[in-house]
Parts: sequence; C-alpha cells; structure tokens
Amino acid sequence: MSVIDRFEIHEHDVLVIGAGGAGLRAAIEASANGVSVGLVCKSLLGKAHTVMAEGGIAAAISNVDKHDDWKTHFKDTIRGGKFLNNWKMAELHAKEAPERVLELERWGALFDRTQDGKILQRPFGGHTCKRLCHVGDRTGLEMIRTLQDKGIHMGIEVYMECTITKLLKDNGKTSGAFGYWRENGRFVIFKAKAIVLATGGVGKAYKVTSNSWEYTSDGQILAYNAGAEILDAEFVQFHPTGMIWPPGVIGILVTEAVRGEGGILTNKDGFRFMEKYDPERMELSTRDVVARSIYMENKEGRGTPHGGAFLDISHKGADYIKKKLPSMYHQFKELADVDITKGPMEVGPTCHYSMGGIRVDGETTATSVPGLFAAGEVAAGLHGANRLGGNSLSDLLVFGCRSGLYAAEYAKKSSSNLKIDEQEIQLAEKEMIRFFENNGENPYTVHKDLQELMQNYVGIFRTESDLQYAIKELVKITDRAKKVKIDGSRMYNPGWHMAYDLQNMIQYSQFITESAIRRKESRGAHSRIDFPETDPECSKWNNVIKMNDDGSMNIRQEPLSQMSEELKKLFEEKELVKK
Amino acid sequence: MTTSMLEKEDTDAPAGRLYKRNIMKEAIFKIFRGDKNGGSEVEYKVPVEEGMVVLDAVHYVQKNIAPDLAVRWNCKAAKCGSCSAEVNGKPRLMCKSRLDDFDLNKEIKVYPMKSFPVIKDLACDVLWNFEVNKKITPFTPKGNTDWKMSQRDIDRVQEFRKCIECFACQNVCHVIREHDLKPKFAGPRFFVRVAGLEMHPLDNADRLEALKSDMGIGLCNITKCCTEVCPEDIHITDNAIIPLKERVVDRFYDPLRMFFRKLFSWLF
Repeated sequence: MSVIDRFEIHEHDVLVIGAGGAGLRAAIEASANGVSVGLVCKSLLGKAHTVMAEGGIAAAISNVDKHDDWKTHFKDTIRGGKFLNNWKMAELHAKEAPERVLELERWGALFDRTQDGKILQRPFGGHTCKRLCHVGDRTGLEMIRTLQDKGIHMGIEVYMECTITKLLKDNGKTSGAFGYWRENGRFVIFKAKAIVLATGGVGKAYKVTSNSWEYTSDGQILAYNAGAEILDAEFVQFHPTGMIWPPGVIGILVTEAVRGEGGILTNKDGFRFMEKYDPERMELSTRDVVARSIYMENKEGRGTPHGGAFLDISHKGADYIKKKLPSMYHQFKELADVDITKGPMEVGPTCHYSMGGIRVDGETTATSVPGLFAAGEVAAGLHGANRLGGNSLSDLLVFGCRSGLYAAEYAKKSSSNLKIDEQEIQLAEKEMIRFFENNGENPYTVHKDLQELMQNYVGIFRTESDLQYAIKELVKITDRAKKVKIDGSRMYNPGWHMAYDLQNMIQYSQFITESAIRRKESRGAHSRIDFPETDPECSKWNNVIKMNDDGSMNIRQEPLSQMSEELKKLFEEKELVKK
Repeated sequence: MTTSMLEKEDTDAPAGRLYKRNIMKEAIFKIFRGDKNGGSEVEYKVPVEEGMVVLDAVHYVQKNIAPDLAVRWNCKAAKCGSCSAEVNGKPRLMCKSRLDDFDLNKEIKVYPMKSFPVIKDLACDVLWNFEVNKKITPFTPKGNTDWKMSQRDIDRVQEFRKCIECFACQNVCHVIREHDLKPKFAGPRFFVRVAGLEMHPLDNADRLEALKSDMGIGLCNITKCCTEVCPEDIHITDNAIIPLKERVVDRFYDPLRMFFRKLFSWLF
C-alpha cells in the first residue's frame, strides 16, 4: 500500500479554495465551462466574509448619474490607489463590473430600486459618481446568497469546514492540495489540474479588525510556499469606521454607507474635522485619508471618550435610516445601546482589507506557478495603495469569473496523469501532527501577542524604528508559534486549527513589515511618520516577495508596467508626473 | 448589575485603560462538552465586561481555559448566522445575547442546537439543511423582461432575503424538533426561500406541487415558534408560510376550483 492510499482522495479538474464572492463566482464560471469543480471552504457555505460586506458594489451602470462610465470608474480607482494599481486589472474591472452586476440580477438578486424601477446607486468615498448598487446595508448577504443558490444547482462539489494546508505540485505544475476536515481532524487529498485561491485577507493578524477568524492569510502563504510571488504586502487598509465601544464589539464594521447616505464626522468639540483634512470631499474622502484624520484628531487630544470620532446620521430621520441602514440600526441598538436615529455613533479605525497579496496576471489571474490562479482579496494589483469602498465586491465578481474561466481552460489543456508526491504528503501530515507533541504555550496567547505587535508597530502610522522592532519581535513569535502545545484530540479542535493559522499570519506579518520598511514614503494606506510625503519615484515600483531555493525570503523592487497611451490620456499630465 | 454607575466612571477614563476597569464581576457558565456519544455540562467562570455577549464568554473560555472547545462563529455582528446555540434553553445567536439580559447570580447554560446531531461541544451537524436547499427550483426569470421592478413590489421579497441561515427556525420547529419529520419536511428557512422566489416579480417557475409533496408545507401547524426566534425579525409565519399555504390550498384543495377543473378536464 502506498502512502497516499491511507488518505481520502477527491479528484477535480478545478479546485477552488475559498467560498466567498470570488470563490463562488470562480466555481460557477469553471463549472459553466464544462469541467468538474470542487469548492473547499473553512466555514459552512454562505458564511464567508462577503456576507458581511454592507455598503454596495461599484459598477458604472449609470442608472443615477447618467454621465458615469467605465473610464470615470477607472480613473477613480487609479486615483484612489495612488497610481500603484495594475492598470490592466483596473481597466478590466471598470469595464466588466456592470455586466457582472446585471448578471447577479438575472440570477435572482434583488437590489434596491430607482423611481423608474432600475438598480439604485449610492455615493461612496472616492467615487466621483453615485455608483454603488446596494441592498440597504446588506449587499454582501444578497450577493453571497445569490451566488450560493446559483452554484448549488451546477453540480459543484462543496467541501465545507475543510482547511487546506499545502498545495501539491508535480514537476513544477499544480497537481492538488492537502488539508484536514475541521470536524474530525482527518486528512484529505484533492487532486486537481488547476487551483483557484480565493481565501481572502489577513485581518486577524491585527488586534482591532473587522475580519472574522477565517482571515489568516492562508492563500497567500500556500501560494508563497508553492513558489508564487507576493506583491505590495505593505498596503493594509484600515477602515475609518469600526465600532469602538463596548469592548466586545471593538473593530466590528460600521458601513461606509453611513457616510454615503450623508453621515457627518465630528470630534469631541463638535467640529466637523474633515473640513481640515479634505475640504472638497469631506466625509466622502478615501478610506486612507479618513482613517488618518480620525487618528490625528485623537492624537491631538480631540478624540471622543473611547478614543474615536462621532459619526452622526440622525438628521436623516428614523424612517430613512431604518430603511437604508437597517443592520447598522440594529447593530448599535443591540450591541452598544445606541439609537442611531437619535444620536451619533462612536467610531474609529479598524483593520479591514489587504490591498497586497498574490501577484497575478491582470487578465487571466494566473500566478507564476503553472495551474495556480488567485482572485479576490488574496490577489493583489487592482487596488494599488488604497482600495475604494465598493470596489471589493466588484473585484470578487470580475476576477472570480475570470479565474474560473482561465482555470477551466488551463485544466482542459493539461494532462490527466498528474502525480501526487508521497514525500510531500508525509511532510504535510507531519507539519500538522507535530503540534500535539509540543510542550510550549497556548496558541491563543501567541496570537494575542502577534496582534498587539502588528497593531502597535505596523499599524496606521509607521516608522523605521517601530518596523525594525517588529521584525525582531516577529522572529521571537515565529519561534514561540512553532512550539505551541495542543491539548485534546484532532476532533473539531479550534486550538489546533489556530496553531496552523498562526504560522500563516506570522509569515505574512513579516511580509507586511519587510515591505513597509522598503517603502520610504507615504502613499495610500501606507503612512510613514519619518517619510510623510509621497515620493513620485516610489510610484515606479512594486515590492515583490518570493521564496529563494533555500527557503529564505527574497524581497525586491520591480518596475510597474506602463499604462497604455490611450489610458494615460484620461489623466492630466501634471497628475502623471507628480503621482 | 450596576452598569450605569460604571458607565459614568468610564467616560473620564483614558481609552487604553477601559478594558481593565470594566471587569465588574464573574459569570458562571455551564457549557455542554461532548460529542455524538454523549457529554456533560462543564462549569467555567468568566469575568464580565460591559456590553459583553455570550459568544465573548465562550471565546474567553476558548482562549484561557479550554482551547479545544468547539464553536462556530464568523462575523460576531448578527450578519452571518454561524453562532446559533441554546442559551438557557432558548435558541439564539450567541453574538446577540447580551449578558446584561441575564441574571448573573444564576448560571448561564449554553448548549448546541437541539434538533441537529452534535458533532462536538457547541457545533452540530446542519448538513441536512444544505441538502434541502438543493431541491428547490432556483430562480427562473420570465422571458423578454426589461428587468424593471418597482421598490414597492420587491419590498416583501427583500424581507425574505434578509435570512442569514442561522437555522434557529429549523431548530425550534415542532415538525423537526419533536417529530423529526426531516425526510418529509423542508422547514421554515426553506419556506422563506421559496416565498422569496414565488413572490419575486420576475420569477416564472411553479413550486406549489413541490411545496405540497416534497416540502410538506401542510405539516406546519402555524404555531409561530419560528417567527419568535428569528434574529432578523422576518415574519416567517405570517408573510411566508401562510401565503404559501393559501396558494397550495387554492391549487389543490379548493372545491370550486377542483370542480371547475374536473368539469373542463376534457380541455386539458
């Protein structure tokens, strides 16, 4: 009996890892292209982070602002990303988002309507037109449910509560994945000709975050270990408005739609401070600017009692608020004893999104590993140095769809005799079981220390000395994490699950910090106190991380690809010089 | 609890110190630990903070006392429907169950949902629900539509689409909980989904036969238990189940209609 025969094995042409918006859309597209598709997710189906997206999905369908078009959306996205975006992705995203949204409607999604019965769109930060298609403040739920209910009728095999710990290769090409069932701890092998990573972000490395337990950079590290490249890891978005009181809800998202619908930010003195930081766009400035402004108000002693800002929408009236922001109303009423129809909410920045991630081809979403694709938050490029609100849901659909299509095409062309390497399997198994033989600390304690470190030293504002300190501390935390001790059995054991997730978070935290050290300027979500200005020279390169043959980390700066002449014409010349 | 007094104190405290100052007292939790072969209640003492919910307490236990305590959760903001459990015998989302709604002089019991088989501790096997969902005829749009719909026409469907699939309604439904008629019955969650499809202004499929036979809507005796536990306040019984029942009755049991159909059967 060979080593592999000991394991449960499933075989598919395309394996999609992650079942949020991007993963589901990828699985649907691959399946529609006639290949066999497996979809693996850490939670139950329909619980991925997409479900928590609130404000809307950006697409220039120009139902409200007639003059909106893909070019305007493209410009907003590039300006919001401070010219560090992969322009090809930004172009495709702006062009294809409308079709992807209308397609959702044809699959049963019910967006809020305009007077004449079309999809309603609302304003959002950094978007110069009313562009966000929405369903009150539960747009993500509508989207994930629509995709889920579409997907289950397409013959996609769904593997719920299953965690992938290693990607497998045969002769340098993708051949499958190794993982465990969360329920019983048994190991499982997936053979696949192509794999789409759609595993989301890394928010759980920070103490104050809107992300759930799932967002531990699994996909980024799976790809890195398989030989793929990581791009621009330093850009981590802090959403300006998270809940800050009471303690149990710190970090939970307060949708940007509150500001989109007319919410006003004030400091403890009642001053509308955005007048000072961005008088033109005010509350609807980009997230990086608003988050920094709230931070500065606090630093200079004008913060609210719990260290944030007041956000008030009560002037819109109770009926309007309950209709357009129902889940915010309930969230504050039930979790914080605040009636937002009568008074202000207290909000502050929360770690929300990772603009950096796996480097992909802008058209096909292919990584540098043959047969490995990536889409959604796990992939980098579209958003540059800062993501605009609403551009995430459209990213998931546009590039989820593309990754499914190109993965299916790749699978159709590739050999069906891919082999699974026995040694790789044995190693992957050992890496997971070793935790039970350790004698170190509780994994939750190490996680808490990682979160404190990243929050305090690699947070919204960064300096060389803080980042250097973080690098040193991360080495210590890496060592502690290797030794964490796991009690109990492999059956549904969250401590054991955390022990694995922790390795990924620490590794990606190193990527964030190393990249942040090298970017000696302030741009988008990356703010250096020691380099407060944006340096046009630094708009010419990306940070690229790759594993050396000996397993060590290689980080280098690679030139950005040049925008086509036609697209350049969309911007003013001085803008392109000073970017 | 003396929450109001403490709130007063806290308002002047520097932000960083609030965590420590808010520990008011301890709560005693009795949490089910076990699997399909059985188990028992285990007692845990948890320090209480202002605004704390039951899920925070379960996380405290996980982080500090029992890292292998199995529990499902995701958003912690009542948007994903992952953390359903029975708290003091009532089905609820743990992330929405505030400790100040309980008498902290008494212990708080946390059990997994009763109508589904336990996997371990607070996690149970809800796979059956996903199987039921697959059998429902999906959205089938009318041909030649311009996709215009008025907000008024979709308001009632949007209510059904608020469902976060916490399965609390399935858990509490008598047909499932007491009679375990799962093979013959779809349950409130899926009546809500069907209502959302049947009342979609542009849907063209017919699910009434399936509602009557495969989904067993007749077994529901409208006790409204599902509506009472819905964390999204969906009027499951009044707005979804009863209108669907009426449509089924109109089609299959209305004597006038039946007579009419028989009389003109030669036409069909």
